[in-house]
Amino acid sequence: MKKNRDRAWYALFTVPLLFIFSIVVIIPFLIGIYYSFISWDGIAANPKVFVGLDNYARLLQDSRFIRSGWVTLQFTLLALVIVNVFGLLFSLLVTSKLRLRNAARTMLFMPNLIGGLILGYIWKFIFTDAFRNVGEATGWTGFFFNWLLDPQYALFALVIVFAWQMAGYTMIIYIAGIQGIPDDVMEAARVDGANMWQRLTRIIFPLLMPSFTICLFLTLSGAFKIFDVNLSLTGGGPINATELLAMNIYNEIFGYNRYGLGQAKAIAFFILVAAVTVTQVIITKRREVQM
Amino acid sequence: MKKPGKWALEALLLLAALAFLSPIYIMLVNSFKNRAELYENVLSLPSTFSFQYYREAIDKMNFLGAFGNSLYVTVVSVIFIVVLASMTAWMLVRTDNRLSRIIFLVFVSTMLIPFQTLMMPLMQVMDWIRSNTGIPMLNTHEGLIFMNIGFHASMAVFLYHGFIKSVPIALEEAATIDGCTKFGVFWRIVFPMLKTITVTVAILDVIMMWNDYLLPSLVLSSTGLRTIPLATFYFFGEFTIVWNLAMAGLTLTIIPVVIFYAFAQKYIIKGIAAGAVK
Repeated sequence: MKKNRDRAWYALFTVPLLFIFSIVVIIPFLIGIYYSFISWDGIAANPKVFVGLDNYARLLQDSRFIRSGWVTLQFTLLALVIVNVFGLLFSLLVTSKLRLRNAARTMLFMPNLIGGLILGYIWKFIFTDAFRNVGEATGWTGFFFNWLLDPQYALFALVIVFAWQMAGYTMIIYIAGIQGIPDDVMEAARVDGANMWQRLTRIIFPLLMPSFTICLFLTLSGAFKIFDVNLSLTGGGPINATELLAMNIYNEIFGYNRYGLGQAKAIAFFILVAAVTVTQVIITKRREVQM
Repeated sequence: MKKPGKWALEALLLLAALAFLSPIYIMLVNSFKNRAELYENVLSLPSTFSFQYYREAIDKMNFLGAFGNSLYVTVVSVIFIVVLASMTAWMLVRTDNRLSRIIFLVFVSTMLIPFQTLMMPLMQVMDWIRSNTGIPMLNTHEGLIFMNIGFHASMAVFLYHGFIKSVPIALEEAATIDGCTKFGVFWRIVFPMLKTITVTVAILDVIMMWNDYLLPSLVLSSTGLRTIPLATFYFFGEFTIVWNLAMAGLTLTIIPVVIFYAFAQKYIIKGIAAGAVK
């Protein structure tokens, strides 16, 4: 009797969310795997032809997809380094005893609240007309030109905007990590005559390993999956040079209506993201030290 | 402490923070300038503060309508997520059996699935539901809310799960002995104790859903239903060269975010830090 009642409560509490979650995430994921084995143009009346692994074979020969993957990798690596260097630097600055630290923290975090789409548009103006305008006025046209017309600089522009958005976020996490370091450890090091650099590399960094794990994971998965900024800032251009993977998949499915091929790319994308992030977490977790 | 060195550091910090926000400055000043003035010098302050472009942008974006849509979708989604995820997580923690562990594992492992992997089949599922049951999942705010709940369920359950594990069970047992039902125990005793993590979940979800572009763009097709990111996208497609008007529109979209930040800053920063420690 009691057992049945407990079961009923269990169902009442968990089934509503599980029901929604299954329809929105689980079922689409499973039929997504099925879709990756068919050829279909997305029109309900047209037949879905089973093609086996053909889509996967095709995506390996799709030079635009391969290039997109390569550019995404470059973007992710650059973004990973820049976001975390700045995030760490900011966190060290605002945990110092400076009087402006709170105001600075507020200002440095703000871009993170603005959506990627809107950030991309603001920076689009800066990298195109504002840069050109400044270049004409100062004569420094080697730096101030329309960045979005150059494939390499357009990628740098993406990295800058992403870093602008994410640096404040990682800063907050590093701050929490730094504040978690006991004062007496720092004090002892100071008494023993450790200079700033030694305290940083011998004490702060090793004890920050859990923060590194989190920040690297967040930037890695965020950078891999970036879409909004890509769409509004470069739109994938010039001539698809900055079309990152998420956008390539979107275009394949909803732009060219190759639903099967696009879904195969989406599954490959999932495997890639999962493999990379899980590997990263395992590697950095292993380097965390216990107090 | 060396005094001059400290002042130099203060100045450096201020300069860095100001330089960091310079894009906001550029957006603001150019939203007031006319075309000739804008191209004369993009960095200068405007000679007059005319709100002409703001009026035009409000009108062309249907800003107030989009704001209302975003508010409705975000608030309702967050309420549902908080209620359903906290209940689910509590049951999973307090009923420690294999089923609970499997459900939790499924929630956590799906957090790695990128949205791009789900978007096309999700639209097929929603379309199937619409044509077979008549429930309007597509092109309605309620359909979008339903999908928001599904997509944000994992993270919310995960955060609640971690928090509830540290909540002592004694109070709940006492209430059960006093004849409280599970429902009563949860809402009267447990849920109030989850306040900190509820704030974290709510803030993280508000930020993500308010700014989300891709899912609403796939679900909503009627002009009148557009949320702020969608309205911005279509507005920009139309007026991309008219930078002063565009900057006024972008400034408008940021105003609600800045107000939210000004009031909830303490909670936002705490919430982000707490949410990240997973």
